[in-house]
Amino acid sequence: MPLFSFVLRRILQMIPTVVFILVVTFVLVRLLPGDPASAMLGDRAIDADVERINASLGLDKPIPIQFLYFVKNVFTGDLGTSIALKLPVTTIIMQRLPVTLMLTLMAALLALILAVPLAFLAALKREQTADAVIRGTFQVGLSMPVFYVGILMLTVFGATLKWFPVGGYGDTFGDRLYHLFLPALTLAFSFSAVLMRNLRSSVIGVINAEYVDFARAKGLRPRTIMIRHVLRNALISTVTLFGLQIGTLFGGAVITETVFAVPGAGRLMIDSIYGRDYPVLQGLTIALAVLVSLTFLATDIFQAWLDPRIAR
Amino acid sequence: MSMAIEKMGTYARFRQLALPRTLICGMVIIGVSLLIAFFPALFAPYDPIAFDYKALLKGPTLAHPFGTDSFGRDVLSRVIHAYTIDMQIAVFATVGPFIFGTIVGAYVGYAGGLAEATFGRVVDAVITFPFLVLVIAIVSVLGPGLANMYIAVGIVGWVFYARLVAAEVKVQKRLDYADAGRVMGYTPMRIVFRHLLPNAITPAIVYWMTDMALAILLGSSLGYLGLGAQPPAAEWGVQIADGKNFMSTAWWISVFPGIAIVITGLGFSLLGDGLAQLMRVRR
Repeated sequence: MPLFSFVLRRILQMIPTVVFILVVTFVLVRLLPGDPASAMLGDRAIDADVERINASLGLDKPIPIQFLYFVKNVFTGDLGTSIALKLPVTTIIMQRLPVTLMLTLMAALLALILAVPLAFLAALKREQTADAVIRGTFQVGLSMPVFYVGILMLTVFGATLKWFPVGGYGDTFGDRLYHLFLPALTLAFSFSAVLMRNLRSSVIGVINAEYVDFARAKGLRPRTIMIRHVLRNALISTVTLFGLQIGTLFGGAVITETVFAVPGAGRLMIDSIYGRDYPVLQGLTIALAVLVSLTFLATDIFQAWLDPRIAR
Repeated sequence: MSMAIEKMGTYARFRQLALPRTLICGMVIIGVSLLIAFFPALFAPYDPIAFDYKALLKGPTLAHPFGTDSFGRDVLSRVIHAYTIDMQIAVFATVGPFIFGTIVGAYVGYAGGLAEATFGRVVDAVITFPFLVLVIAIVSVLGPGLANMYIAVGIVGWVFYARLVAAEVKVQKRLDYADAGRVMGYTPMRIVFRHLLPNAITPAIVYWMTDMALAILLGSSLGYLGLGAQPPAAEWGVQIADGKNFMSTAWWISVFPGIAIVITGLGFSLLGDGLAQLMRVRR
């Protein structure tokens, strides 16, 4: 089972990454001015209370011991308590993260729907007008900041044409899809540009491969060749890119959620910065980094499954 | 045709190949942008931060081609003055990572072994953090502002340059001319920096151009969120944030700064694409 040992090796490789994530977030919060106790109690804190809370948080212990406490807490799912909302950080994140996941998933699907046909068209009409127009449009898309695209969409499709709500989040599943459509389209806009660029060049690479010539010589229908042979192989590198870009997508979600007032993890992050709610900021950073590294793992496994040579 | 070109010397080849059109377009856009960035007062008709309560939220007219904002400030003058800050962001946020990343990459690529393995783990870990999320987290810890933004970008950004340079140096060090240097008894320092690096640095330079476009996007995003350049400074992201509540009544406040971002970003991308074509870098 080469695939099994590959997956095992790949999971072991994640250990240093996870340690690094924990060290970085731990150090980040230690760099903050002031201590958590003063932040919780506010300006009128008396020294005895500050000391009591610091002791209960283990802040009177040496730094390495504090780090071990921190690691233990993270692994038991305890990310501390939000200063602003007075709720466990884990609970808050569990409420908000699904919204962001749904948004990024919708954005990824929309980006694929936009990018795949256009990439094929551009690759087949290479160096012709259609190719130039498609590439030019996407180049402009790449240079547009996410928040700008968002504001434009909000104004045109939300406020002016009133096709979509201008923000917020629905109650039923269908309502949520409807509310998240514009934010997802905003996110998909620049993501599809990255996908299109990559897919176009891999289609051009694959289309000249010998096995495609062979399929053509066998007399297969052009459409079968395109879908079964070209698309499938061209998608391998796109899958890698997809995985690598998931972090960018989360970053974009932070901004999109702010523009459209979507109550997701990204919006929570910005709120926690404005409210100096550092336990939430720390918890979110850990959660997002862990999600990204799990995506990398999934991408690698999927790739190894598509192309068994990778697993050797 | 291509065979003939390959046989020529570098200078003859340079003359033979017309400069790529993308490179020329990119150079023109960035050249003009730099000119505006250095001498904004020459181009701006008004003071970018002076309030004018007699001309609030006025649409584009001859007196104010891009209109005025909710404080009566001239949007055109603010877009022009913002070139100074945004071009500065493009350069300052990337030049440190470029230099540091190149040096680390050259060392890692040449040394190999343990250095390479350690570096590989660092890369894995850094790319695990969503870039924008990490930068936002660092900026919020250090405090909002441009200087802290440069620090945050620098902590993360050097990795991408180092990875590109390390890969190239690794290829170059196995070539004959590197062996020749070793036979001549040159120190590793001299071989790496005088001989290998000039041949290995092109992909990093091409990436640098793209990275400057990304830096402007990042800088304006942080400005929009209130974590980058601080009001009343004229910065494109800050301007777009200023105008976002007036979009349906006074679209010009946000729309024109956005166009400036797109044009400048395109300029850097074209410059990068053109350089890649010229230097024949595979991207």
